[in-house]
Amino acid sequence: MKYLDEYRNPGIARRIVDEIHQVTTKPWVIMEICGGQTHSIIKNGIDQILPKKIELVHGPGCPVCVTPLEKIDRALEIAAQEDIIFTSFGDMLRVPGSQKDLFMVKSEGADVRIVYSPLDAVKIARENPDKKIIFFAVGFETTAPINAMAAFQAKREGLKNFSLLVSHVLVPPAMKALLSSPQNRVQGYLAAGHVCTIMGIEEYKPIAKEFDVPIVVTGFEPLDILEGILQVVKQLENGKAEVLNPYSRVARNEGNKAAQELLKKVFKISDRKWRGIGEIPMSGFELIDDYAEYDAEKIFGMGNIEVDEPQECISGLILQGIKKPNECAAFGKSCTPQSPLGATMVSSEGACSAYYSYAKR
Amino acid sequence: MEKIFQDGITASCPLPITEHSTVQLGHGSGGKMMNDLISRLFLWAFDNPVLNQMDDHAALDISGTKLAFSTDSFVVDPLFFPGGDIGDLAVNGTINDIAMSGAKPLFLSAGFILEEGFSLTDLKRIVVSMQRAAKEAGVVIVTGDTKVVDKGKGDKVFINTAGIGLIEHNFSISAQAIQPGDAVILSGTLADHGIAILSQREGLSFETTVKSDTAALHSLVSEMLSAGGTAVHALRDPTRGGLAATLNEFAASAGVGIRLDEQRIPVTPAVAGACEMLGIDPLHVANEGKLVAIVAREKAESVLKAMRQNPLGQHSVIIGDVITDSPGMVSMQTKLGAWRIVDMLVGEQLPRIC
Repeated sequence: MKYLDEYRNPGIARRIVDEIHQVTTKPWVIMEICGGQTHSIIKNGIDQILPKKIELVHGPGCPVCVTPLEKIDRALEIAAQEDIIFTSFGDMLRVPGSQKDLFMVKSEGADVRIVYSPLDAVKIARENPDKKIIFFAVGFETTAPINAMAAFQAKREGLKNFSLLVSHVLVPPAMKALLSSPQNRVQGYLAAGHVCTIMGIEEYKPIAKEFDVPIVVTGFEPLDILEGILQVVKQLENGKAEVLNPYSRVARNEGNKAAQELLKKVFKISDRKWRGIGEIPMSGFELIDDYAEYDAEKIFGMGNIEVDEPQECISGLILQGIKKPNECAAFGKSCTPQSPLGATMVSSEGACSAYYSYAKR
Repeated sequence: MEKIFQDGITASCPLPITEHSTVQLGHGSGGKMMNDLISRLFLWAFDNPVLNQMDDHAALDISGTKLAFSTDSFVVDPLFFPGGDIGDLAVNGTINDIAMSGAKPLFLSAGFILEEGFSLTDLKRIVVSMQRAAKEAGVVIVTGDTKVVDKGKGDKVFINTAGIGLIEHNFSISAQAIQPGDAVILSGTLADHGIAILSQREGLSFETTVKSDTAALHSLVSEMLSAGGTAVHALRDPTRGGLAATLNEFAASAGVGIRLDEQRIPVTPAVAGACEMLGIDPLHVANEGKLVAIVAREKAESVLKAMRQNPLGQHSVIIGDVITDSPGMVSMQTKLGAWRIVDMLVGEQLPRIC
């Protein structure tokens, strides 16, 4: 298929793998940031064909996984109220809060709908003036512009019954936080290609310099990932730490200027709590004051939800690349996609789910 | 930044949700949740040797006459979709459940649950489509039932069909007959039905319209049995849950491993593109006019040849084999030459596809 088969060609893959084997002389730990990349790696078995010296660890780039539990509990509370239509990307419906998930709230009579775009949620708001429509705006920089567009459109049309429950996080502050940790093992990054498509590559340059790590903008197809690994390993072997962009067919160095402008009109950067990691300063988006009337947290309040979390799950360590899913005692035993202990097992982008679905049980 | 880590890492996790006190959509998904419901409730209550076989049909012996008996309910939304509608789906679906026993389907029942206010024009269109599908397949709809529920208590129309067929061969076609060394044959491209429904429902359009593959497969099965005879060990139509669910069920019931070759699994470009866009694996998507056959290796080529002569099997291909290793598990060699597990879905992927 056009634009896909070219990037899955086994012959070309073999040649890149051969080159990676040739250039690798020392052990290296490389983190892919994005959950989509983790899935592609495990689904295609890329980790099985790399030199033994190269260890891939899986990053925090799964929006569902890093959404704090109290935010999910709040979403469940809002969704259960009368005259609410709660909309979300499908992934969030199975993520358990402390007691329930959105599917269960739906089965109890709540109007919970899966949408493929937040603009569909705006349409639902337009068609249901007597209901309040909330969209669960979760994600990284990749989904932020379309969510910003939903708020922008709702405001322009003067819709009074639409709001966003925002839990947006930003990749570069998390990359810095991981490198700053005393437990850090990461020596090179495969940056999330689609985040760079929006934001460009400039903000990675200070990180590469400060921490002396190569960062390579990487796509999601097997050849993209292999090329990203090759360019990281070449830099590591040669003592270099630059930001390179072999994914330029999709991600321009300057990013998507129109999307960036829209983000500035709707969102501001704020501190965010990451599930499994903790609060990272200036690592997320929230709606600016002009958009306060579209902020579900301001409309419904966040309450004082304090959540005690059990200790068995190590998703925090997994999201930081310190542990692998199959190193967890609960993995595949008390924790499966059917009865997940943590979001990394629930989300289709979570590392535990990838390991369980495709490999290493 | 150090502040974040000074107290060590707090692993944050919610309590698991393992038990439900109410029915969830996932209980009808064709995945693990549904299997749990069936084994913990229905098999527990109805416990008997025929049902416990867990095939899509019951094989019955009535005074020496062997019959295959099956039932299926249809709640698809939308009612009309590219390539078919709920009517021909309801006829073909039950015919296929019977046909997978190798039986010749003969008679069907049709039960309608209608919502007050539903268009009679649409109902007529559905019934005419059922009649056409039955006629083409050579089966007769001989009994039925009609119920109407208050507006809002149903969704337009739900259809149940049941059917019986005559088993004329004297060997068992069942997951239990699967042997290591057998070939796994797929009768054509995957995921056409599920993607046709989803693209219709979500208003997604692709370069070409994806059509449902709904079709009655009993003539194809009959030709396969003529070519392969007792070498045809097991047959199933991979509907909800897709090929992944069917092969996992085979592997579990027969206590064998199944190995697939990703390169050989046929998916049309339009369906592959839609699956990419929606983040869905075609192995998990429903089919309504395909079958997967487990056939003894020495007869696999002749069965394959017979299948390819039938328009419903013209794209048939051997996609893998049965092994003794890793019993109960389905694995697949990826295009890069590495290996991965092919698991069943847990719960819901696409709501109400059949």
